[in-house]
Amino acid sequence: MSEMASEPLGREERTPVSSSPRRPKNYLNTSYTARSWLLTTDHKRIGILYMIAITFFFAVGGIAATTMRLELLTPYGDLVGAETYNKLFTIHGIIMVWFFLIPSIPTTLGNFLIPLMIGAEDLAFPRLNLASWYVFMVGGFVTMAAVIFGGVDTGWTFYTPYSSVYSNTAVALVIVGIVISGFSSIFTGINFIVTIHKMRAPGMTWFRMPLFVWSHYATSLILVLATPVLALVLVLVGIERVFGVGIFDPSLGGDPLLFQHLFWFYSHPAVYIMILPGMGVTSEIVAAFARRRVFGYTFVAFASLAIAILGFLVWGHHMFVSGQSIYAGMVFSVLSFLVAIPSAVKVFNWTATMYKGDIHFDTPMLYALGFIGLFTVGGLTGLFVASLSFDVHVHDSYFVVAHFHYIMVGSTVLAYLGGIHYWWPKISGRLYSAWWGRFSAILIFAGFNLTFFPQFIVGYLGMPRRYYAYAPEFQVYNVLSSAGASILALGYVLPLVYLLYSLQNGRLAPDNPWEATGLEWQTSSPPPTENFLEPPIVTHDAYERPSATISSSTGGQP
Amino acid sequence: MTQTTTQPATPAWPTEDEKLAREREVNALGMWVFLASEIMLFGGLFLVYFVYRFRYPAAFAEGSSELNMWLGALNTAVLLTSSLTMALAVHQARGSSRKTAVLFMLLTMALGLLFLAIKGYEYWQDYQEGLVPGLNFTYSGAEQQAVALFLVLYFVMTALHALHLSIGIVMVGVAIVWGQIRPFAHDPAEPVEMIGLYWHFIDIVWVFLFPVLYLLR
Ligand SMILES: [Cu+2]
Repeated sequence: MSEMASEPLGREERTPVSSSPRRPKNYLNTSYTARSWLLTTDHKRIGILYMIAITFFFAVGGIAATTMRLELLTPYGDLVGAETYNKLFTIHGIIMVWFFLIPSIPTTLGNFLIPLMIGAEDLAFPRLNLASWYVFMVGGFVTMAAVIFGGVDTGWTFYTPYSSVYSNTAVALVIVGIVISGFSSIFTGINFIVTIHKMRAPGMTWFRMPLFVWSHYATSLILVLATPVLALVLVLVGIERVFGVGIFDPSLGGDPLLFQHLFWFYSHPAVYIMILPGMGVTSEIVAAFARRRVFGYTFVAFASLAIAILGFLVWGHHMFVSGQSIYAGMVFSVLSFLVAIPSAVKVFNWTATMYKGDIHFDTPMLYALGFIGLFTVGGLTGLFVASLSFDVHVHDSYFVVAHFHYIMVGSTVLAYLGGIHYWWPKISGRLYSAWWGRFSAILIFAGFNLTFFPQFIVGYLGMPRRYYAYAPEFQVYNVLSSAGASILALGYVLPLVYLLYSLQNGRLAPDNPWEATGLEWQTSSPPPTENFLEPPIVTHDAYERPSATISSSTGGQP
Repeated sequence: MTQTTTQPATPAWPTEDEKLAREREVNALGMWVFLASEIMLFGGLFLVYFVYRFRYPAAFAEGSSELNMWLGALNTAVLLTSSLTMALAVHQARGSSRKTAVLFMLLTMALGLLFLAIKGYEYWQDYQEGLVPGLNFTYSGAEQQAVALFLVLYFVMTALHALHLSIGIVMVGVAIVWGQIRPFAHDPAEPVEMIGLYWHFIDIVWVFLFPVLYLLR
């Protein structure tokens, strides 16, 4: 049975067995015109439009990060000066947060898979889905325009009054870009919520839904309820800046702390917009490659909702040293600790799922294991920084930088790549080289840890974040970090190369190359435009492997 | 390929009627979720307002008394009436008397425009009296800064509301034109109902804005 699953991927196929004119009509070959892509309302094609867009934005944010890591090779400002460095980390943060991490998994994999997983022919609002992509692109290009018109130096957090009064950079323009992209977030959230409520196939009850869908439901709640608050607070900053009136400016009677409260009311839950879909991907991959049902399905499902709800109550942990009341700090600290409970429930349940499972170390599984590892490190150091006394010590140091990169980049990017590798046969109808897949997954895991683990140490030793120069004794850690970043960069480029290569030259994918459960694996690879040729009907729980499945797919293994 | 879960338990595509019924539910839920998002938007703004109101109670009362309460009250009446006409339009559209429905929708649009005109006149008056921070601000009482803060929030809140109302007016207009182009759509009442939900929401926002801005003196 294990042979069956890994064998088709085990060898790299040189000769294209492919370019089959005999391939049945599917969403990819139904039409090849640019118009058929740019005016499509097919959720699968829109998912791919998003994928192309966020790959571009990821490259932009990555180039900014690479330049910063180069600058930090030496303790002195020899590559870029202070102002340029400030603009680099600002644009890195803005692009990565709003134009890569937030949309990453939901708009690509979520878009592609949610209708397939619940047995629907599309999302509830296909045209709104396309509109959200255009809105996203407009927001992205307005933000890019701000970079061209001199950049922004406020940091992605836009703290007032610097952002609203003193900064001489293109703050207003970048705010416009982010607010526009916020609409696309809300559109996506509405679409997912309504789809999951109303479009499920017969028999697809709530507790038969794949956990990927549950986690996207929780994510959508945050998208819909938190994004408007971000839009509001950024518009207020823009008004203060453009009209010179007081809203948050303390010299005009305003309160900068109020800005921080509102900003983090969105931006902490935003972390869960990034991580919850990643948890969903991991649940799917672990179940598929351990060939087992997810242990404690209901707990994992409710843990997603618990994380989404608790996530709205912990924003003040970003303000322990901002001058908020110490009692507020204590409450926020305790509440932040509570988030660890549903997070740990998930980690333990994934582990229990693998226990005595029939584990296959294919590329997606390597990414999922990497996700669990990095998420555990990021989550546990989250408890460190949620502790009041410790946070006072490491606040605004590289310790915090390392912590949130473990969560936001380590976990989310690994889950995103893991998901891409898991569903690539379904998305593209092709198999990629398994060797290169495993190699780059390991490369990314190693490169990531080499980049960010030294930052825990150097931050604990006292190196502050957001400086272009630093004390010479910190150099060794920074050299390690920069070396890791170059490995990481290679690890990110490789999948781009071999996945694109597989589009033309990869072997044709079977419908269910991983012996996975779930409706998406029962339709053809790639799926037809209408998703299912037979009306889907669900008679089993999620991840349930009826004995019939095994016998029919492998020809009667015991 | 596994075919096990698509067992022959009478799998069938939804019928046209089922699809229509589902479309109704989908649209209604979509609108409600959107309105939840809107509540967070206006809710955040009200929060900002109340934080500053508790910090500068006297100045906010002072700023409030600079506003023209009677124009605000008149606008409240106009908008509440528009909600009535909108509700009647929905009722008529459901009762499939399209002509009357269109009439009520036109009336709703007219009332919405009247609201905007009165609001515009009020803004102009505020400008004349030097009550617009950033453009023309001549107020020189004791708590000048905090009064300015009140007025900034007043303009932001009412302008955001007016923007929503303008979108509502355009939507009603589009629904009328759409109804003329495709009079035999599956369910002509449905878009009217959706817009009705949105319209009542804008109304409710104003019902909160009016006392908070004009009456808490
Ligand atoms: Cu946080």
